[in-house]
Amino acid sequence: MAKIVSKRLNLWYGDFHALKDIDAGFEEKRITAIIGPSGCGKSTMLRVFNRMNDLIEGVRTKGTVLVDGADILGENADLVVLRKKVGMVFQRPNPFPLSVYENIVFGEKIHGERLKRDALDEVVEKSLRSVLLWDELKDALNRPALALSLEQKQRLCIARLIAVKPDVLLMDEPCSTLDPQATMRIEELMRELKNNYTIIIVTHNMQQAARVSEDTGFMLLGELIEFGKTEQIFTAPKDKRTEDYITGRYG
Amino acid sequence: MKRHLDEELKELNKDILKMGALTEEAIYKSIEALKTRDRGMAENVISNDTSVDKLELDIDERCIDLIARYQPMAKDLRFITTGMKINSELERIADIAVDIAQRTLEIVDKPLLKPLVDIPKLAAVAQKMVKTAIDSFIKGDIELAKKVMLSDPEADNLRNLIQKELVDDYMLKDASSAPRAVQLLLIARFLERICDHTTNIAEDVIYMVQAEVVKHHPEKLK
Repeated sequence: MAKIVSKRLNLWYGDFHALKDIDAGFEEKRITAIIGPSGCGKSTMLRVFNRMNDLIEGVRTKGTVLVDGADILGENADLVVLRKKVGMVFQRPNPFPLSVYENIVFGEKIHGERLKRDALDEVVEKSLRSVLLWDELKDALNRPALALSLEQKQRLCIARLIAVKPDVLLMDEPCSTLDPQATMRIEELMRELKNNYTIIIVTHNMQQAARVSEDTGFMLLGELIEFGKTEQIFTAPKDKRTEDYITGRYG
Repeated sequence: MKRHLDEELKELNKDILKMGALTEEAIYKSIEALKTRDRGMAENVISNDTSVDKLELDIDERCIDLIARYQPMAKDLRFITTGMKINSELERIADIAVDIAQRTLEIVDKPLLKPLVDIPKLAAVAQKMVKTAIDSFIKGDIELAKKVMLSDPEADNLRNLIQKELVDDYMLKDASSAPRAVQLLLIARFLERICDHTTNIAEDVIYMVQAEVVKHHPEKLK
């Protein structure tokens, strides 16, 4: 069953029509990649899924987005619950200027969980283990998060999300600042995480989309041109515009 | 947008065409050597095979290099992978031409067992299939590829006919004809194998053009 369903989703930044009638279903516990040239609307679409665009002035949306069947664009949508359920990882890792430990328990505190120290310790260990950082950082939990390597910071940001037990991880170019080795390791982590989370990744790196995802959507000028199994999109795309883009003929 | 990869693919295409031309020449000469009992021509087919082998390796290397450097997708990927497969089918066909030349050398100095009628017919079918298959690749023409596949039963029938005639009319009636009849039997078998490899090329071309696998799925051709 689709975890997130978008029906005739439209979005405008002022007069600019950034998303046009997007119809798509994002399956549970799978990795879906969204590809397309800069400005095609892929990050905008990702941000709709946890209402990050609300922060931008002049944004207007029309259509429906269902997460677990509940409309998240409606007036009654609970944004705190939504953002707990649907977390986002950004292009540049953005840990808080706090310790590793405090970064991870931050969400728990914000969401009003009053856990005892033991329980918090458990959350920290579990979250760091799930991003394969525990062995590296278990003796450095009080280190400032800003002192970590870029890859560690990105892993920490993922751990910080996982600590609040989301269902969906939205990743906006999560590896674009990382070197190839670190990129590979984050991709391995994504494959691990997919067993428990629904992952949607926006990426400019087509090889990454081909390697890591099971479904792929291609966007162009605000439209979702083609959506299908990744192997089909990269070996036998149905739409000429998809073909032109992934073979580098677009431009 | 102009891509450097397009230039590389053009070069690959040229190489595969060259491979096709060398293969066609090998089959033609092996059959002519048999028909005209020309020892020199048969030997020429055998000695020329090294250039086919060398080109096969060059094409393989070029394809692997393109995949490593460009990480091609979609039709580029299908073109390169199909090119690799066709390359190997053509090399096998050229090897079979060598087999035919070797069988020819076995009988070239012996009296003719029988006038050759059906073997040249089968050879003509095989040559036409190879030519059409290469054309279908060059033009990316599915109809030509289908034509190749539809010709295969004709080759099978001719092979069966030749086999029946050689066994019933010669080998069973006169055991001393067996050594020469066996060579002709083998040649018929080789020609039919050429047609089978050609069918593989046609299937690969269909995959290249429309991304549909028809290999082992004859119903998809209808």
